[in-house]
Amino acid sequence: MRFEHDRWRELSSRALDYLRRKVDYADIRFVSRRGERVKVKNGTVEGVTTSSETGFGVRVLRDGAWGFASSSTPTLEEVLAVADRAVAIAKASGMVGGHGAELSPVEPVEDAWKSPYKEDPFEVKLEDKLEVLLEAEKLVRKGGGPSVRVAEAGTEARREEKSFASTEGSYIEQEITECGAGIAAYAVGTGDMQRRTYPNGDRQLSGCYGWEAVKEAKLADNAERVGREAAQLLEAEPCPSGVTDVILDSTQMVLQIHESCGHPTELDRVFGTEAGYAGTSFLTPDKLGKLRYGSEEVTLVADATVPHGLGTFKYDDEGVPGQRTVLVDKGLFVNYQTSRETAARLGQKSNGTMRADGWNRPPIIRMTNINLEPGDWTLDEMIKDTKDGVLMAVNRSWSIDDRRLNFQFGTEIGWEIKDGSLGRMVKNPNYTGITPEFWASCDAVGDKRHWKLWGTPNCGKGEPPQTAHVGHGSAPARFRRVRVGVGR
Amino acid sequence: MITRERVLEVLDKCLRYSQADQAEVVVLGGDTYLTRYATNYIHQNTAESNAHVYVRTVFGKKVGLATTNALDDESLRATVRLSEDTARVQPDLADFVSLPGPEPGDEADVVAAGPAYAERTASFTADERAEAVGRITALSRREGFEAAGAFQTGVFMVGVANSLGVRRYAETTRASLTAIVMGPTGSGYADDLSVDAGAIDPERVAEVAVKKCRDSQDPVAVEPGEYEVVLEPAAVADMVTFLGYLGLGALAFQEGRSFASGNIGKPVTGEQFTLWDDGTDPAGLPFPFDFEGVRRRKVMLIEDGVVKNVVYDSYTAGREEGRTSTGHALPPDMRYGPLPLNMFVKTGDATLEEMIASTKRGLLVTRFHYTNPLHPVLTLITGMTRDGTFLIENGKVKGPVKNMRFTQGILPAFAAIEAISKEARLCDMFGLGAVSAPAMKISSFTFTGQTQF
Repeated sequence: MRFEHDRWRELSSRALDYLRRKVDYADIRFVSRRGERVKVKNGTVEGVTTSSETGFGVRVLRDGAWGFASSSTPTLEEVLAVADRAVAIAKASGMVGGHGAELSPVEPVEDAWKSPYKEDPFEVKLEDKLEVLLEAEKLVRKGGGPSVRVAEAGTEARREEKSFASTEGSYIEQEITECGAGIAAYAVGTGDMQRRTYPNGDRQLSGCYGWEAVKEAKLADNAERVGREAAQLLEAEPCPSGVTDVILDSTQMVLQIHESCGHPTELDRVFGTEAGYAGTSFLTPDKLGKLRYGSEEVTLVADATVPHGLGTFKYDDEGVPGQRTVLVDKGLFVNYQTSRETAARLGQKSNGTMRADGWNRPPIIRMTNINLEPGDWTLDEMIKDTKDGVLMAVNRSWSIDDRRLNFQFGTEIGWEIKDGSLGRMVKNPNYTGITPEFWASCDAVGDKRHWKLWGTPNCGKGEPPQTAHVGHGSAPARFRRVRVGVGR
Repeated sequence: MITRERVLEVLDKCLRYSQADQAEVVVLGGDTYLTRYATNYIHQNTAESNAHVYVRTVFGKKVGLATTNALDDESLRATVRLSEDTARVQPDLADFVSLPGPEPGDEADVVAAGPAYAERTASFTADERAEAVGRITALSRREGFEAAGAFQTGVFMVGVANSLGVRRYAETTRASLTAIVMGPTGSGYADDLSVDAGAIDPERVAEVAVKKCRDSQDPVAVEPGEYEVVLEPAAVADMVTFLGYLGLGALAFQEGRSFASGNIGKPVTGEQFTLWDDGTDPAGLPFPFDFEGVRRRKVMLIEDGVVKNVVYDSYTAGREEGRTSTGHALPPDMRYGPLPLNMFVKTGDATLEEMIASTKRGLLVTRFHYTNPLHPVLTLITGMTRDGTFLIENGKVKGPVKNMRFTQGILPAFAAIEAISKEARLCDMFGLGAVSAPAMKISSFTFTGQTQF
């Protein structure tokens, strides 16, 4: 790909030279993506899809107004035409007055970075991938029996090569390789359908890994259990309704963190620029450094530097270094995820969270890896210390209001806790709450041995829609007096 | 922008390059523009030009798929080869029968523009979008409010050809405008959707959203529980969208994941509810064929409360004896199976005012937010109200209420319909299709929580 990168650099340089006299700031990103998805289902291959996509996007700031244009045709003629289009669009943006965007400073940098992996997922033979998946899927059916109508196993790999160049003098190349896999069982009964997955629902195993992560996940070792539990859920009693303690496995903490901390700490949402679509945030700037977001057990960070996360990178798509930022410090709300433009409005420097979904979208603030710092409990200690409650695992459903206060989550499976012991399995578990009240009720967080970094490859935000790959690390955590079994 | 001639050239070249038993090439191209505004200014303004080629190849019952957006000869050859290499190493897809063949009259169907094409949309400029947005922000600013939303226009080209003789091409356009107007303690919403950007009415959108915002200030909290509801079209469309997604496609139906599984011919809602899909109706966002090149057909989904049919593509049709595709295939890399993307709810004879007047104590809902399924077979969904929720008492709108969380089965809700409006509105469906939805009065709807605004 060296040749391609040399060409990108040349075209970037020509575009920025062309734009310098026309705008106050410009950047150009080239992005090339390669993907492979393999899915087997009920003993057969449902699909193998390979994809490739290349293009570039030009972003300009002129008199405080933004313009962005993009194209999949990487020729000099098209690059200059797209640059002109971006300028014309910025002029149109200026027709409706605003605050006048300003950018916080960033040091220009020339650098290149690749995410590490051991075994290149694109070099593993398709036959070998199919063997791993077909074996696991077969065992899902074996474990589940006839009520499992659909058994699936899948793997995905993605490689993104990208360059970033700006009129401020940065030129950065990055290559990010991702790989993941998962299995699922769908059991069907009369008027009922229950799903069980491994390791983590729709999100599967996903991170900046190579094929070695799929091997380590041991899909086959978990397959019969997954099938069996899906079948058992059909016969299980529904999760009781009422107010009780809940212990959330890290496979549900992922979504709890994502929706109730990740999104509301995005400073573009706070300033209203997502209001037309997904909403705003209850974490307004007057609460910064003052609001008690959660209990003392709760420390949440945005960390683009943690190894292997889906939100791990060296530079964001504004050329700002990836970094670790404490968002909630022992329960106190202390920081946002920011961009150069939004940080400037608070008199800060960007903490590097601007990412674009490919070449054809402008960067917006996206979560990096939003992690709950580990506590000092084991899961067994948490269960033994709980008189009455429910342990819930693997997210299945999610919903939260447009300021990120009232939420409701459902999980694949739950177990009652009675007098310090796990009891019967329950189906359709769900719980609801208000964000700061809920996090204030957190009185136990699992220790480092229970802490796991999960990927969320389906975070939707923005118009036109952008899907981000983000990460969340957590151990199991306990929350007191939570409303469960809603809608029964 | 990719041209008709270029799309047809790519289709023909890829078919020529293929050595598979069967091959299918789909080209999806488009130029899209989006002006996004918030707090009364334009904060993002974008243009995109792109075209994807999907090559599906078949050896016996082995099927491979490869895609690219590089349209030079070398890349097209490589993509065909990759698709074939992928297919060859696979085990058989046991219930695969064939790609669809041509239908009578197909030869005449290579057309430059589909039934939903407006030149005005294709030529709409960034200045025109900004001018429309400016009207909304000006009205909003005059009232002391802040407006947010997006004005999107696009031209889309779809070409499909396969080695069995299918060869089709059509263009379509789409324009949409949304506005959320926010005051200190409440917000209002309005939108418009059309194939013709010239038919988008920013004045109406601004007036409706501003009025809703004005009416929404100083909301009071009401207790969760069972309420009569009057749902405006956007809220009804949200429920219908999930009904289609969860249960009215053949894949979920065949796998037992749908409420329709085992229930064809049985009542699932009240008699007032009738729903069909018609991708040819000019009242929607019509398109002549699906992403396999099969002509779209009208399919009655639920008639007088009885579930009648689900929709099929060629693969799911091949799994049932005597079944043919209804023309509802999605793009080749989407794994949901066929879905209804052009749904129409049968309208009634009531007005919104009459529904409100007949309500003793209930809630008027403008729209829902972040709806998601809890249990697909039970059609149980949850979500929030947003941008205009009002208490109705003794036949009159008493005032705004703080937003509520609902947890409600879609089918039980449509079993409790008391009235349906005469008028329907066209509402977006996942950005892929549209639902023509009226307003509805429902006698019992479950709200399970409330929020703080």
